Amino acid sequence: MIHEFEAVIVGAGGAGLYSALEASKNAKTAVISKVYATRSHTGAAQGGISAALGNVEEDKPEWHAFDTVKGGDYLVDQEAALILAEEAVQAVYDLENRGLPFNRTPEGRIDQRRFGGHTRNFGEAAVRRACYAADRTGHMILQTLYQQCIKNNVQFFDEFQVLDVILDGKRCGGVVAVELKTGEVHIFKAKATLFATGGFGRMFKITSNAYANTGDGPAVLARRGVPLEDMEFFQFHPTGIKDMGILISEAVRGEGGQLYNREGERFMERYAPTLLDLAPRDMVSRAIMTEINEGRGMRGDKRIDDYVHLDATGIGKETIMAKLPDITEFCKTYLDVDPSEKPIPVQPTAHYAMGGIPTDTHGRVAADGSGGIYEGLYAAGECACVSVHGANRLGTNSLLDLVVFGRRAGIHIADYVKNTDTPKVDENAAEASRQRMAELTDGQKGPHGESLRETMQMEMMEKVGVYRTENKMAEAVQTIADLRNRYRKVRIQDTAKSFNTDLLDILELGNLLDLSLITAESAKNRQESRGAHSREDYPDRDDKKWLNHTLAYLEGDSVRIAFKPVDTSKWEPKARTY
Amino acid sequence: MKITLNIQRFNPETDSEPYFQRYEVEAEPNDRLLDALMHVKRYQDGTLGFRKSCAHGVCGSDAMVINGKDRLACKTLVKDVAEEGGAEITIEPLRHFTVQRDLIVDQTVFFDKYKSVKPFLINTEPVAEKERLQSQEERMAFDDATNCILCAACFSACPVLDKNPAFLGPAVIAQASRFNDDSRDRGFEERLPVLDKPDGVWPCENQFECTRACPRGIKVTKLINQTKRRIQKHKETK
Repeated sequence: MIHEFEAVIVGAGGAGLYSALEASKNAKTAVISKVYATRSHTGAAQGGISAALGNVEEDKPEWHAFDTVKGGDYLVDQEAALILAEEAVQAVYDLENRGLPFNRTPEGRIDQRRFGGHTRNFGEAAVRRACYAADRTGHMILQTLYQQCIKNNVQFFDEFQVLDVILDGKRCGGVVAVELKTGEVHIFKAKATLFATGGFGRMFKITSNAYANTGDGPAVLARRGVPLEDMEFFQFHPTGIKDMGILISEAVRGEGGQLYNREGERFMERYAPTLLDLAPRDMVSRAIMTEINEGRGMRGDKRIDDYVHLDATGIGKETIMAKLPDITEFCKTYLDVDPSEKPIPVQPTAHYAMGGIPTDTHGRVAADGSGGIYEGLYAAGECACVSVHGANRLGTNSLLDLVVFGRRAGIHIADYVKNTDTPKVDENAAEASRQRMAELTDGQKGPHGESLRETMQMEMMEKVGVYRTENKMAEAVQTIADLRNRYRKVRIQDTAKSFNTDLLDILELGNLLDLSLITAESAKNRQESRGAHSREDYPDRDDKKWLNHTLAYLEGDSVRIAFKPVDTSKWEPKARTY
Repeated sequence: MKITLNIQRFNPETDSEPYFQRYEVEAEPNDRLLDALMHVKRYQDGTLGFRKSCAHGVCGSDAMVINGKDRLACKTLVKDVAEEGGAEITIEPLRHFTVQRDLIVDQTVFFDKYKSVKPFLINTEPVAEKERLQSQEERMAFDDATNCILCAACFSACPVLDKNPAFLGPAVIAQASRFNDDSRDRGFEERLPVLDKPDGVWPCENQFECTRACPRGIKVTKLINQTKRRIQKHKETK
């Protein structure tokens, strides 16, 4: 079945919905999503969305942009960071005007709070920049954008899983997707296609990410020759619930929570004397892993799954209930701990992909490192790499990225489709996808995929995690390559057409394996430490050799690495201390 | 501990009627029921169908009927529903929906009702300031309803929907109240025709099953009653 639209958006989280709202003003638009829009993972974001509104103290977009660049260890494209910080202000007002229920100041304005790495006057002290709605800011953004889509009659194709992108040279003609309800393969022909499929934290064993976060967009594009940028930079959030990985927002530390080791020491004093617990996430995660490696985790056994304490008891019950109600409930439900009375056991959890599909500031997908683009192909949100997060994203900048660059891509699409012909696409475009699905369900016996998934997640956690070395990463590359070979023989048990979630599970595993290989190869290649990429064998940042974005091309069983220059037009790279 | 999951199965392609199938799973008391279901799915029976995503109670995908109660599988711990030593847990799909496969139900009717109450901010007045001002008190007046994740557990739990399938249902009314009670909203009269019809808010009998079922702890029945009173007051002053 071939559907014809002017714009097709793949993914219904914050970036997908915002771009759909803009694109649909001018273009016949469809949103396809593998889950109902309101189930998207944007809804799990907690702490806030930053914008220099200056509602509670002086603030400037320029300071916000600088913090973003420095937080990203100077791998951020600086023009893009300025756009992010400047458009943040109007973006937050737009969300409020559309109904988002932000918490309020006593004067009735949008309230703001502190978050890691956000400072006044280029690093002097923490600033209140994060606009928030209790500790469910992402939930409110997702709900508000979905409500606006209802108001504006945006057309949804719920529970359609993307299988392939249709490319004719450097021109995109749409996507191929399978409808979960019927098992039918559909072609969505479109002048413009936007990928907003979110993250892929499910590569790792301990993650804050949803089951759905399997990087379908980047994997589909990588298999068709599109490069992926800076995939070695994966953020480990310092405070996930021990063993489960469930996110405990940085807002807990923003409101006064502190980290302690088994000796009762507030160890961040040694690692970041100015910002302490509110240092950027890569630094805090490393600090925790160093404490654990040196035997000062709570168990003290130096194992990778040891943990530390996040003490929120000093915040006060009333503030916790008013500003951190969801987190309180997570702790009570899963740990039987009331955070106003007892410390929370936490460990770093795989949280956010800084890297992804390379785009310009209009969301257009880059084809190479020298300005070439794919016509009619866009990406936004976590699956994209603009790059505004560089080597390490600051808290609250992800929700901001979705809104600012989702909107910009949508606006560009609305304009682009006016002067573009409909691409020529026929049923043959779905042939490869149909073959792959037939293979998986051909009734032959093959290994089950589950052991592959477990091995991949463990390998990535242990060898491409917070701390990395050449040998470990080389082992990981080899293991993932073996897993990809074995994956080709995997068969599923379920042969039904309708709601074959067994099939989806295996397709998602294939996507994760491809992205794991690209991540491990990109990480092995970069011989320096920068932001979230921290190598024990190359502990220093090396701007002479490595102040470059990685572009990784998946070519069959191997990954070819190329580079793309970083925009440092505004601020010279400096040492990164807090 | 060893637990037995007794799960309602149904594949419309091959089954004429739903039936129950038992699975034995090794589980920790603190595991989520979703963990046990995932274990069955990935190690015992790939054909078992259910929805899931965030796995910590914020996306609303995995509402189902567990031991007769409407809950999220990811927010229900094994120890909450099983007793030590070989306890059996019964799992069924949500009520008041057509079963599409096993524990997967067609929620179209729920989302259609949701859309019918215009669940978005209605206000065409120009914004004088950058943001519309709202006091902390005004903001908290509708806070409870903003917790809703549209999981439809309350829709399944509502006894009124047993006899009157056309009833709007609890979540939808609560979501209308989320906007009606927002000091920035001017859309009450636009929502009124849907709320104030025989199948609108009025069938609610205050049985409080929605409030008991809500995994987000929303006082749904209270919001329904507030909406009823607001409509009555509006009619009296007219």
